[in-house]
Amino acid sequence: MELRYSDADESFRAELHAWLETVLPALAPQPPRDAWPERRKWDTEWQRRLFDAGYAGLHWPKDYGGRGASPTEQLIFYEETARARAPYVGVNFVGTLHAGPTLIEEGTDEQKATHLPRILCGDEVWCQGFSEPGAGSDLASLRTRADRDGDDYILNGQKIWCSFGQIADVGEFLVRTDPDAPKNRGISWLILPMDLPGIEVRPLKTVLGSSEFAEVFLTDVRVPVANRVGDENDGWRVTNVTLKYERGTAFVSELVDSIRLCEDLATRMAVKGDESLQTELGRCIAEFDALWALTKRNVSQATRGAPGPGAMVMKLAYSEARQRFGELCMKALQRDALHVDDNELVEERLRTLALTIAAGASQIQRNIIGERVLGLPREPR
Amino acid sequence: MDLDLSDDQIALRDGISSMLAARVPMERVRAGFDRALFDDLAAAGVFSLRSDGFSWADCVVVFEQLGRYCVPGPLVASLLLGDGRIAGAAIESQPMWIEHLDELDVFLVGGMDDVRVVDPREIVAERSPWPLDPCTPIARVELLPEGMPFGVERRNWELAGVTLTAALQLGLADRLTELAVAYAKERVQFDRPIGSFQAIKHMLADMLTRTEVARAAVYSAGAVLDEMPSAWTRRRLAHGAKVVAGDAAITNGKVATQIFGGMGFTWEVDVHLYLKRAWVLDTHFESADRNAELVCVTAGDPRIWGDS
Ligand SMILES: Cc1cc2nc3c(=O)[nH]c(=O)nc-3n(C[C@H](O)[C@H](O)[C@H](O)COP(=O)(O)OP(=O)(O)OC[C@H]3O[C@@H](n4cnc5c(N)ncnc54)[C@H](O)[C@@H]3O)c2cc1C
Repeated sequence: MELRYSDADESFRAELHAWLETVLPALAPQPPRDAWPERRKWDTEWQRRLFDAGYAGLHWPKDYGGRGASPTEQLIFYEETARARAPYVGVNFVGTLHAGPTLIEEGTDEQKATHLPRILCGDEVWCQGFSEPGAGSDLASLRTRADRDGDDYILNGQKIWCSFGQIADVGEFLVRTDPDAPKNRGISWLILPMDLPGIEVRPLKTVLGSSEFAEVFLTDVRVPVANRVGDENDGWRVTNVTLKYERGTAFVSELVDSIRLCEDLATRMAVKGDESLQTELGRCIAEFDALWALTKRNVSQATRGAPGPGAMVMKLAYSEARQRFGELCMKALQRDALHVDDNELVEERLRTLALTIAAGASQIQRNIIGERVLGLPREPR
Repeated sequence: MDLDLSDDQIALRDGISSMLAARVPMERVRAGFDRALFDDLAAAGVFSLRSDGFSWADCVVVFEQLGRYCVPGPLVASLLLGDGRIAGAAIESQPMWIEHLDELDVFLVGGMDDVRVVDPREIVAERSPWPLDPCTPIARVELLPEGMPFGVERRNWELAGVTLTAALQLGLADRLTELAVAYAKERVQFDRPIGSFQAIKHMLADMLTRTEVARAAVYSAGAVLDEMPSAWTRRRLAHGAKVVAGDAAITNGKVATQIFGGMGFTWEVDVHLYLKRAWVLDTHFESADRNAELVCVTAGDPRIWGDS
């Protein structure tokens, strides 16, 4: 057991730190939440900078434009960028954190060559069209149809909660290619160009007052069969690859940022004067520190090729801990919590309401842990 | 950076675990701590780990197992003393409550900024006829003799004690999860194992989650004791580990009691022994609440951020 990073890791940190110090001061201010074209521009320009400096797709293989960095370098990247308050992945979330990694594992050479470099340099923004009005937690019951017509599929149906849908170029979409097969055997995973005729995107307003996700209506949308990732009707297996990244690694940079927010709050007088708040905040910090240690432990185990249950509990533990911290912030701020403008902690409290729902609700995570890790009898499905 | 067990640590864990399985079955735990048990542990090298050249991280691995088997006795202080004698320890308070007083060769007391050593034979105490944990006899002391300075740095001594205690708590949390999962698979009601009901399944998933999170915290606190980075990091991770592992042990104890139903309220089922030990350990090197406060104060104090 060792927490210390190697000298090579530390020199990577120093180099990254120096780079961040030169680029961050020149960064334009972040656009407002609902200014989507501007947000897209801001986030993708940052992605481009990372790419030019060799920091995009750190853990992606070199063949696909990544850096082929070690998992520990990836952790250091999260630590340094959070500490320096560098931009978050933003609209590049789906592409860099789960669609891209899915293509690396499951895509054809042509699919990889077309999309991976564009994702990395910020030229291509992805969205995720998995959920439907009737298929949320029970994702495999999805009904959007894909009927084969020669070398194309014809898509009809509706998707919902599609984050970045209004500005995305491409989507990872789940469709039903065999309506007669048992529900998780008739699904396929498609790359869907969002500018195809027949796609209509309608933004939905969230509790933040802005449109963080959208409904997507598909009417006779014609997509080449070549856009399918994995075999026809084998999309559920590919979906689980995507979910592995979405639930496993996608939360890590948020976690480091949570630690920063805690430290900020710990230095405030409102907390310092109040012992019970200090106790509660200390608990949050202890939990986040523990989750950061768990992240490191998961990385160590994965590197050794022996992943433990830690990766399975991460999403549940982080999202619940983050909400406890959010409640504490509201309590600490008292009436100063009654405005959201210029009030990061309150805005975060609202945003993080989604953490226990999105990417697999906590109840579903508990079912998965109970059944796959602890071997308890299965739910009816 | 590696927060997984090394091959040597896996061997160490498996070695101590099979030794405890053979020599400290629950009947012996229920009989409480005695000299013979101490001799067995000492012969296995439990208290001389440090002088035998093992790291703090190794000690953490061993203490996690001692917790899993609910081994009674003043384990942490005996290792901190490390010279083969049985030692108890407590942070100074008024009155003092001393555990296992009749077994002790030495008593260590952590004062405001020093550690002192007191001869247990000089301690006048009133023994409780009904200790909370039947395996942890407790005595009340109105006035502790002054004692002699024990030449260690108070802060580092405490951080080691905090971390080893957290390792015991982790072991309790882990074993409680195992006991509850096994029972939930076997106990049938409404023609189904109770583990198939979400109300139970979700409690079990949370028990595992708390345990895994606590394990990461405790291992990192152990690693940091060896590496001696800044005082800021050491304090924060040690106190944090005690918070997370302590909460995990107590909460898992309460939840396990619920999952066992009426059986969980019996003397016969082991769950109460684990829960009571979790409550005992929560008071060692200060409560989870107090440790949490220390984490917060450390995290929020820029004066000690760069300190080493
Ligand atoms: C901010 C945000 C962004 C999102 N982005 C995307 C996106 O980009 N693309 C996309 O495809 N989807 C996205 N989602 C959708 C998300 O994946 C779903 O909301 C989630 O899977 C839950 O589905 P649902 O909303 O239909 O809730 P439901 O499945 O209807 O669940 C409602 C409640 O019932 C509980 N429940 C359901 N089934 C069970 C069960 N078997 N046992 C116990 N309890 C159960 C749930 O835990 C929940 O509390 C996003 C959601 C949010 C909040």
